[in-house]
Amino acid sequence: MLVAGALSEPNADAFPSTYRPFPSRTTVLRNVNIFTGAGPLIRNGSVLLQDGKIAAIGQSVTAPADAVVIDGQGRYVTPGLIDTHSHLGVYPAPGTAAHNDGNEATNPVTAYVWAEHSVWPQDPQFPRVLAGGTTTIQVLPGSANLIGGRGVTLKVVPARSVQEMKFPGAPHGLKMACGENPKRVYASRGPSTRMANVAGYRTAWINAEQYRRRWDRWLEKREGDPPARDLNLETLAEVLRGNILVHNHCYQADEMLVMIDIAREFGYRIRSFHHGVETYKIADVLARDSISASIWSDWGGFKMEALDGIKANVGLTHAAGARTVVHSDDPSYSQRLNQEAAKSLAAGRRAGLTLTEEDAISWITINPAWALGIHEVTGSLEVGKSADLVLWSGHPLSVYSRAERVWIDGALMYDRNDPRQQWRTDFELGYVPTAGGNR
Amino acid sequence: MRRSTMWRLAALALLGSASAAAQTIAITGGTVYPVSGPKIENGTVLIRDGRIVAVGANVDVPADAQRVDARGKWVTPGFINSATTLGLSEAGSPQFSGGYNDASARAADGISAAFEAWKGLNPANTLFGPARAEGVTTVLVAPNGGMVAGKAALIDLVEARTANEMLRRGPTAMVGNFGSPGSGNTNARAEFWAKWRTLIREVRDYGDRRAAYETGSTKDFMASQADMEALLPVAAGQLPLVVGVERASDILEALAFAREMGIKLWIAGAAEGWMVAREIAAANVPVFTGAMNNIPGDFSALGQRQENAALLRAAGVTVVLIGNGPGDTQTFNVRNIRQEAGNAVAYGMSWEDALRAITLVPAEVMGVADRVGAIATGRDANVVVWSGDPFEFASNAEHVYVRGREILTKSRQDLLTERYRTLPAAPYRP
Repeated sequence: MLVAGALSEPNADAFPSTYRPFPSRTTVLRNVNIFTGAGPLIRNGSVLLQDGKIAAIGQSVTAPADAVVIDGQGRYVTPGLIDTHSHLGVYPAPGTAAHNDGNEATNPVTAYVWAEHSVWPQDPQFPRVLAGGTTTIQVLPGSANLIGGRGVTLKVVPARSVQEMKFPGAPHGLKMACGENPKRVYASRGPSTRMANVAGYRTAWINAEQYRRRWDRWLEKREGDPPARDLNLETLAEVLRGNILVHNHCYQADEMLVMIDIAREFGYRIRSFHHGVETYKIADVLARDSISASIWSDWGGFKMEALDGIKANVGLTHAAGARTVVHSDDPSYSQRLNQEAAKSLAAGRRAGLTLTEEDAISWITINPAWALGIHEVTGSLEVGKSADLVLWSGHPLSVYSRAERVWIDGALMYDRNDPRQQWRTDFELGYVPTAGGNR
Repeated sequence: MRRSTMWRLAALALLGSASAAAQTIAITGGTVYPVSGPKIENGTVLIRDGRIVAVGANVDVPADAQRVDARGKWVTPGFINSATTLGLSEAGSPQFSGGYNDASARAADGISAAFEAWKGLNPANTLFGPARAEGVTTVLVAPNGGMVAGKAALIDLVEARTANEMLRRGPTAMVGNFGSPGSGNTNARAEFWAKWRTLIREVRDYGDRRAAYETGSTKDFMASQADMEALLPVAAGQLPLVVGVERASDILEALAFAREMGIKLWIAGAAEGWMVAREIAAANVPVFTGAMNNIPGDFSALGQRQENAALLRAAGVTVVLIGNGPGDTQTFNVRNIRQEAGNAVAYGMSWEDALRAITLVPAEVMGVADRVGAIATGRDANVVVWSGDPFEFASNAEHVYVRGREILTKSRQDLLTERYRTLPAAPYRP
């Protein structure tokens, strides 16, 4: 309800999603093997997409006469893939100083910035990620800061504004970062050590707790002058109220355990540790505390805090019972989450773990959906959930397979065999050559 | 006490492996992909004294041979990754992490042609292990940075104590930059290219008038004497010059430069190579590129495509596959060269060509095809036994032989995996 001169209240949805699903037709995919993200593979099954939702799924489904029928000829279907860690739009391609909008590296605590305000919807990386079968991404601020700001969950769709991409109802994320990056960036003014990193988080939460109490008291009675708004503390208070999910960049096991203690001290929860190359060392704790691990299949060794990265990390973390996510932090990797999950599956099995293909699919579908707080509407193919799905040219865990068609909310958003169904951003026009060689 | 004992044992083990009498190994029953010839079903590869002494469907296996049952397995040459800095860095970048970076010289004016980075590599670097474990047996170790970065060398991933023991061939090429003017402390392409021409002319001039140079009676040259010495074989068209170049028009300019100056050229990167594939093929210039990048990440690489490698190959270009995907393809993930090959196939290259592009093709380009890159009699035994298609993620390298010796040492990553397989870990066990 907008009123002229209305009081600006905290936590109002200042930049609401204006996303509308693209036009869709009732579609049935038959003769497909379906990784549902919610149970065992359905062999030679069918799925019906209607009004943007999964209307039916199973061995066979009844479809209306006017439905578009796609014979999958034994190919595979998965939910649309989900990436919990992206910088698309905030670090667009081509890389230029003008678009270098991912790190507000001017203050170690910048909870007041929102990644969505840096997102350039014409980033040509968006259509490429969509063509890789990735339908939902969380765009985060970078890791220069102890507390970097709010992340935003986006549908990977063409849009004129970031609001048109915002995943309706998805909670904001809060980006926090441990270890080397903040202390490197602020070496001259502090924090310059890990101990000062920790002091920095705690100081921020102490202020946030006080702010939350002051505002919650006022909101209850709404009498007298409201307290002064503070964008920084407003975001942090929302974390304390449980309305924003914490995504914590943290490589080392020992530091993750410190962050868990800080969360306990201030009464918030960590939703996901990102880049935790050592989650395998503390996966039992993550399982106990319901903290997901957003991790790479095979990155490590590129700095001291990444030294102990092992290829079995995903498998070991999963096997210990922690909710495990294969994430990217990379525009190229984000196009091949299926390949990365496949690598992790193989490495886990090589380490002697019992892991299924369904487990591997969960790392890039329902588990990241949970990490982003959207698991009730997407991330698996179940009746009533969003029709976000991918038809693959072959088994999705094979290096030779590619996404052939991608649907978001039942609308066909990408078709590898139809250039008219391939989104080109404004930027690409006249700059990026097409397959024919013309720019 | 405990530590010193461990070190002594490790040293003994190394000495033992170096001096052990080489044995005869017979890999039998597998599907052998020699690359230099058609695949052999139920084939045998016989290895003796580090060499391949017989390959075929009907090979007599000596009674004393160690038999490796490869039934149902795929046997290929060890893979060659032709773009790495393996052994030259630890823990990434030194200013961030206190690691080391031996891949980059501090070059005056961006020219460090005399720099032989491989001589400083650390054979004990922990990243050799993961590369070997996934079937990479030979890598090109290349310097980076500047207009002329220095010389590259090919090394075998044998377990060794010195870089020299690992050396396969060095130098194999001079590494330079042609597409990024900034690399040569210049702003503009035309200025940069003029600098390249001047450099080559001056090197020739220096070669012609060495005596005059020694007495100080030549003009000042832009490069140091050591760098000019290093560039003489490049200027003479003997030692290849490999340049990083991406934009279609820059590639054509590089080809023109090489033709005009009589340089033996290789091109690395070539994001827009597919747009000038015919010209590259006609110039007979090999291209080192990958199949996992389609990001228009730079205004000079707007045409970057995953189909690039396949399109170049189809146009008749000699393609060497290297990593251009995400995640430290030159160090920690040198092993992902097989994923690169798999993606090349997914984006249009034939499986056989993709295998060649990481085995025999780089060996031919670098002049070592008589030693590595194929399973053929007389070659050094760089051989891998795979549980299945080597490009598929589900396949494991079950046996990896480098110069006839099986790699059995556990990597640091293996040790961490074992330690933490059950939680909590037991730090008093190794």
